[in-house]
Amino acid sequence: MKHLRSIDELGLDGLNKLLQLTDHMAEINQRPVPKVPALRGRTVASLFFEDSTRTRLSFETAAKRLSADTLTFNVSTSSVNKGESLRDTVATITDMGVDAFVVRHKSVGIPWQISAWTTASIINAGDGAHQHPTQALVDCYTIREATHAQNFAGMKVTIVGDIKHSRVARSNIQAFSMLGAKVTLVAPPTLLPPDVSHWPVDVSHDLDEVLAESDVLYMLRLQSERMAQGHVPTLREYSEQYGLTQKRVLGLRSNAIVMHPGPMNRGVEMQIDPSDVKNSLIHRQVANGVSVRMAVLFELLGSGSNLAGQA
Amino acid sequence: MSGSIVIKNGTIINRTSQLVADVKIENGFVAEVGKNLKGDTQLDASGCIVSSGFVDLHAHLREPGKEEAETIETGSRAGALGGYTALVAMPNTDPPQDSVAVIDFVREQGKRAGLVDVVPSGCITLGRLGESLAPMAELAQAGVTFFTDDGNGVQDAALMRRALEYAKGLGVTLAQHCEVAELTKGAVMNECRCCTDLGLPGWPAIAEELMVFRDIELVRITGASMHFLHLSTKRSVELVRAGKRDGLPITAEVTPHHLSLTEELLSSYNPVFKVNPPLRSAGDIQALKAGLLDGTIDAIATDHAPHPRRDKEMSLDMAPPGMLGLETALGVVLAEGACEIRDIVALMSWNPAKIARIDKTHGCDVAVGNKANLCVFDPELTWSIDINRLASKSVNTPYLGRTLRGRVRHTIFNGSPTVIDGQARR
Repeated sequence: MKHLRSIDELGLDGLNKLLQLTDHMAEINQRPVPKVPALRGRTVASLFFEDSTRTRLSFETAAKRLSADTLTFNVSTSSVNKGESLRDTVATITDMGVDAFVVRHKSVGIPWQISAWTTASIINAGDGAHQHPTQALVDCYTIREATHAQNFAGMKVTIVGDIKHSRVARSNIQAFSMLGAKVTLVAPPTLLPPDVSHWPVDVSHDLDEVLAESDVLYMLRLQSERMAQGHVPTLREYSEQYGLTQKRVLGLRSNAIVMHPGPMNRGVEMQIDPSDVKNSLIHRQVANGVSVRMAVLFELLGSGSNLAGQA
Repeated sequence: MSGSIVIKNGTIINRTSQLVADVKIENGFVAEVGKNLKGDTQLDASGCIVSSGFVDLHAHLREPGKEEAETIETGSRAGALGGYTALVAMPNTDPPQDSVAVIDFVREQGKRAGLVDVVPSGCITLGRLGESLAPMAELAQAGVTFFTDDGNGVQDAALMRRALEYAKGLGVTLAQHCEVAELTKGAVMNECRCCTDLGLPGWPAIAEELMVFRDIELVRITGASMHFLHLSTKRSVELVRAGKRDGLPITAEVTPHHLSLTEELLSSYNPVFKVNPPLRSAGDIQALKAGLLDGTIDAIATDHAPHPRRDKEMSLDMAPPGMLGLETALGVVLAEGACEIRDIVALMSWNPAKIARIDKTHGCDVAVGNKANLCVFDPELTWSIDINRLASKSVNTPYLGRTLRGRVRHTIFNGSPTVIDGQARR
């Protein structure tokens, strides 16, 4: 595996392989000294053109636990502000001897474009509304951890919110479906992409209708600019129709799982404090983020030799 | 090259005739058509078509303002290699072509290059801003026959109505870039399944069709004539077909890329495939081809839009739309096999010359006494692009690695060869 750019490119075998590898990494993370020399001498550069807390920090933590060196590219203090092109920036960092770029960019397709300009591996940490494959890996791993299910056959996953602008949704729809889950999208028609007839999903505009049948309720973040763009009249109205309220939590099955990729918009899609939701996996999603990203880095950069040693 | 030129043994395609003969050119005009003609220079045309030179209604030559992408000279050379003897230069230059000074500059640069007739179009509105009319009468007096805000559609219906009314008295053609801007904010590609997968904002067909419909109705009430630029959707073709059936004075063009490339190419994430209007579906291509066959579409125009490499190395959303077209138009259209060779001469020479109102010197039959603006092309030759040998200053062609069919062998502009055996003379 050279790059991780989309779930589609990864495929089911790659997905399963990374989920298995994540088990190993989770074990390492349980140790008193959670660090192994697996990627010693390797260099991972973070190239974040968009804000991020958990993704960037979990990648950096993951790289450090595998003993890789890390470079962090700070857009605000870089030569990008002097007008350096993305291609030149990538070439410059490549020349310093980098083995992988972890890339987040507001524009769709950047990880593929960059692949043509460097010999390093590319990990997509989010490109526009397109893909966020490591988030999908985190979410699949988290569901597996909670349900002990090796595949998701028969599982009903409901994804609620701004599907149209969500890279998390696009990656997760692919990943959940690959593993056998039945995915239902719930959103107002204005927050759905123009044509989803070829996606393996059901569509509903009524959250309450599908709530009781859901094994997993996956809430997406609604950005406030969607209101300015006229996708929804008001956040209050959205919240009422599609937000997670106390009443809706009570309508869930007793063993149903609630997830959210963060950052949460409290009072919008989350009207209730997640700590008040019995089966919320939101903290597990963050915790598993490091193990999953260790697995990804090791798969792309590791020599396959030991994960066992101490750093 | 002085003295007479004889084009030997080509198949001459004229409006009402087709014959194998030699064509003798002297002093800029066709002097003789017949057998066994002799001249100072002989150009072999066996197996080739001899027709009037091609006329492009839609070339972005980028000068003045963006000489990094193309100059009038490099664009003219690209045109000559594509068999063109006249290019209508789009007005979205910097400064835009909304004053006599800029129009004269563009025309003079064309003459200096001397490779094709560069026909400057004028802006419909000042600065192409869509707010107030450009000095259309003044520009018409300076020789402008074709007006457009191309790159922008004129959004204001009242202003467009006034432009059409005003143009009626001037004997000029107004041409519209049909795009309702409110519907295409941030749009990168066709609104379709593919844009759903990619998470890219879509450019819906209706953004084009609404303006086609509006302008057809404006033509109906004003009686002015109107040309529709780069139509890309099935419904646009249907609207124009219906308008023509009603006898309205409307014409329309399609580009080679909208006849040959589909929206799925954007999933390569390569901004070379980003163009405005966007690449559409196979169904749209089918409808456009049907429009060529039944006369709904009058012309094939390139929308040649050079961009420097660094601009096309930006992300899909940031990269400017547009692709090269002049050097590949014939090869693409013939490879698509959309219509007969005779139709192609009509679509690329006779009809556009008339629409641009330059049909006294271009798009004329290959006949004694007519200006010698000619194209000689081999309709069977297959070839592919060598990106290092493009005459254009830019390299944003979407046809790398594709096999094209039909290639220009000689181009004669004003009686002089600009291209001989596929090579530019200067």
